[in-house]
Amino acid sequence: MSALQLVLTGDPGLFAIVRLSLLVSLSAVLFAALFGVPLGAFLALTRFPGREALIVIMNALMGLPPVVAGLAIFLLLSRSGPLGSWGILFTPQAMVIVQALLVAPIIAALSRQTIEDLWVEYRDELAAMDVGPAQRVATLIWDARFSLVTALLAGFGRAAAEVGAIIIVGGNIEGFTRTMTTAIALETSKGDLPLAVGLGLVLILIVVVINALAWGMRRAGERYAG
Amino acid sequence: MHGPASDLPLMFVDASIVTREVTMLDRITLTVKPGSPTILIGPNGSGKTTLLRAAMGLVHLSKGRIRWGDRDGDTPPKNAIMFQRPTMLRRSAVANVRYALAAANIPRAQRHERAAELLALVGLHDIGSRPARRLSGGEQQRLALARALARDPTVLFLDEPTASLDPYSTKAIEDIVRAVSARGVKVIMSTHDIGQAKRLAGDVVLLHRGRLIESTPAAEFFATPRTEEARKFMAGELLV
Repeated sequence: MSALQLVLTGDPGLFAIVRLSLLVSLSAVLFAALFGVPLGAFLALTRFPGREALIVIMNALMGLPPVVAGLAIFLLLSRSGPLGSWGILFTPQAMVIVQALLVAPIIAALSRQTIEDLWVEYRDELAAMDVGPAQRVATLIWDARFSLVTALLAGFGRAAAEVGAIIIVGGNIEGFTRTMTTAIALETSKGDLPLAVGLGLVLILIVVVINALAWGMRRAGERYAG
Repeated sequence: MHGPASDLPLMFVDASIVTREVTMLDRITLTVKPGSPTILIGPNGSGKTTLLRAAMGLVHLSKGRIRWGDRDGDTPPKNAIMFQRPTMLRRSAVANVRYALAAANIPRAQRHERAAELLALVGLHDIGSRPARRLSGGEQQRLALARALARDPTVLFLDEPTASLDPYSTKAIEDIVRAVSARGVKVIMSTHDIGQAKRLAGDVVLLHRGRLIESTPAAEFFATPRTEEARKFMAGELLV
């Protein structure tokens, strides 16, 4: 079968792979955002000794090699590891955890920058209005929301493109932990190029569609909020 | 809008702000009493903005103190400031006002109506739903004034509220300032515009290089300025 045929006929095996890939990467972005955006806001608004070192480490972690992250999570979750009792190695949950670990530094670093820029602009007005610390954070995150979408997209881009980490902790088990990227790696090495190319096309298409949606949302939001 | 009488007079006692390079305020001793607007004049860098920000509690004094009525040191909660270049929150015009109302602890049930009143007061009731950052300079300035008034302030600080505005917008702002002042809000305002000072001032404070040169009732200041600097400033000579 040709690559195009596979895609156009909606091959069920292909569909399951695409579905799992999206589920894992979007969940990872969600969890990373729940942790990364507040962390970014915290680093943007506070001054404490060691803050700069933390920012440098966070920025460096943006380039954490996926296989290293995969290895670390593998060691944590393996039967003899500290979290071995969870029994989630080689499951989609483990893949979400490792991708969240890869994505969180990107979201945290980019949201810190975004929120800090906005804070410089808003600081005097919010201080003059006696806005308390919690409300400040909420205001800045809310008013920066359209810029923060870019941070989430960058995170999603990394998660969707990544293969090294999920292949280590997921195991590339057919019908269970096989995603688009791990399948492409496998099929290419097996020589099944049509399936690999088909998956590659779908992957690119999905990334473009998600970016287009986010772009449209941002434009609409800016029209409304200025 | 009458605040408790104990918030005024506002007193600066030997107030100085010194950074590593510059003296921004140099031992200012000044009493601001209730009544018509107090207008701060003086060239760029004379300390007008710093004095307003210090009174608002946004910068700390290096020396000296600020007294509010019978209190000492702390800023009363019911003051508001409009910055020379106000920042519009990334929301609609009316949402900007509602935000200020919420920050001033106005109960949610009253915010809708209060916001509409304030927008009407500054003549922006027709464009409340527009994004604040898309408004013209004059409209943004008026929205900032509405936002400041949302706090129902006892003292309203205005930092060159009409700098770079056209005569129409300037008049709109001055009319609002007059109305607010007539309702008993103490207005303390800086300006570069001698004409504006003459139109609005109850008394005039002239600053130069962080020092207080003169603090006089307006009628007296414009008729018989006491200092050389005041005479120069009014004659339109460069005060450097």
